[in-house]
Amino acid sequence: MTGAPDIQQALIEEFGNEAISGANLEAIDPWIEVAPGSIVAVSTFLRHDERFLFDHLNNLCGSDYLQPDPKKAKTFEHDPHVEVVYHLSSFTHKHRITLKVKLPRWVDDVEGQLPSCPSVVSVWAAADWHEREAYDLVGIRFTGHPNLRRILCPEDWEGHALRKDYEFPLEYHGIRGK
Amino acid sequence: MTWIEGRFEENVIVSSLEQAMNWAKESSIWPMTFGLACCAIEMMATGASRYDLDRFGAGAFRASPRQADLMIVAGTVTFKMASRVRRLYEQMPDPKYVIAMGACTVGGGPYFKWGYHVVKGVDLVVPVDVYVPGCPPRPEALLEGVMRIQDKIKGRRLAKQAGSGSGFLGAGQKVSDELPIPHHTGYAADPEALQV
Repeated sequence: MTGAPDIQQALIEEFGNEAISGANLEAIDPWIEVAPGSIVAVSTFLRHDERFLFDHLNNLCGSDYLQPDPKKAKTFEHDPHVEVVYHLSSFTHKHRITLKVKLPRWVDDVEGQLPSCPSVVSVWAAADWHEREAYDLVGIRFTGHPNLRRILCPEDWEGHALRKDYEFPLEYHGIRGK
Repeated sequence: MTWIEGRFEENVIVSSLEQAMNWAKESSIWPMTFGLACCAIEMMATGASRYDLDRFGAGAFRASPRQADLMIVAGTVTFKMASRVRRLYEQMPDPKYVIAMGACTVGGGPYFKWGYHVVKGVDLVVPVDVYVPGCPPRPEALLEGVMRIQDKIKGRRLAKQAGSGSGFLGAGQKVSDELPIPHHTGYAADPEALQV
């Protein structure tokens, strides 16, 4: 068993403060924030290092932080951004940790320009479909993914449905949507 | 064979061809093996021994739309699935019937407001004959739906349909199918009769 503070300490020693840019160790699921450029190196390290051996990727998901209602936006406590959340656990050591990668909602604030994040399929093969789902529904482009296509929605679907500012389609192939 | 013995000897049964054919059709509504979501579990329960859909001649679930008379749309229809539902419907031979089973197929159900990919009722995709509400409906409700389909078949007319061109030598009288009158409204004309 290794606690979250030890994991954070080891990661900072290995990769520096630049790559390990934040953490919340008091949360129910303690999480460590990783810079997008370092996620593959950090994952590989956590996967193979003897002290951690995070051999199981429980879940990978995308999350959109945005309050589309302008009245409620004033009291919204987050900056608008999207996150990729990695829940890891180790069968060997019976411990777990959560990693987060924070990304802008759109590249250069241009709507439709999807943010990108390096794929961790090379570390955990289970990430394949999870990343496709995050791409499909939240709109995060995973660079280096072997087959980044939509997994749930039809191939010709427009937009990413779990974005908070997503507009429902009024019509799809002649079927009324609302 | 005690009670039936000797009862029907040397007898003649008289019926109209129309009635006989409708009786045959309504007693062998073969549904398509077609479950989309959780309602399919209830549909399977309806087909199993406890509720026994076979009592209505509708227990022979066919694996091909070309052998089926009835499409029970059991479960949430997504936009992705809608084109497949339409194609399966078109592959079924006439006369064909559709039951919309469950809240999702009746009108979107719990996905009505926020479901971004759910068709708000399968009647936007295929014509529906009988709606069976519920989430999911009890097997009894589906049986009721099948019985309403049977009512509808009973009302079919052999004669030329109105609007289908001229009859034999231009003389055929055009008639429409009889629409069944709903009779299971829950309203009892004489409530005392129901009390045991």
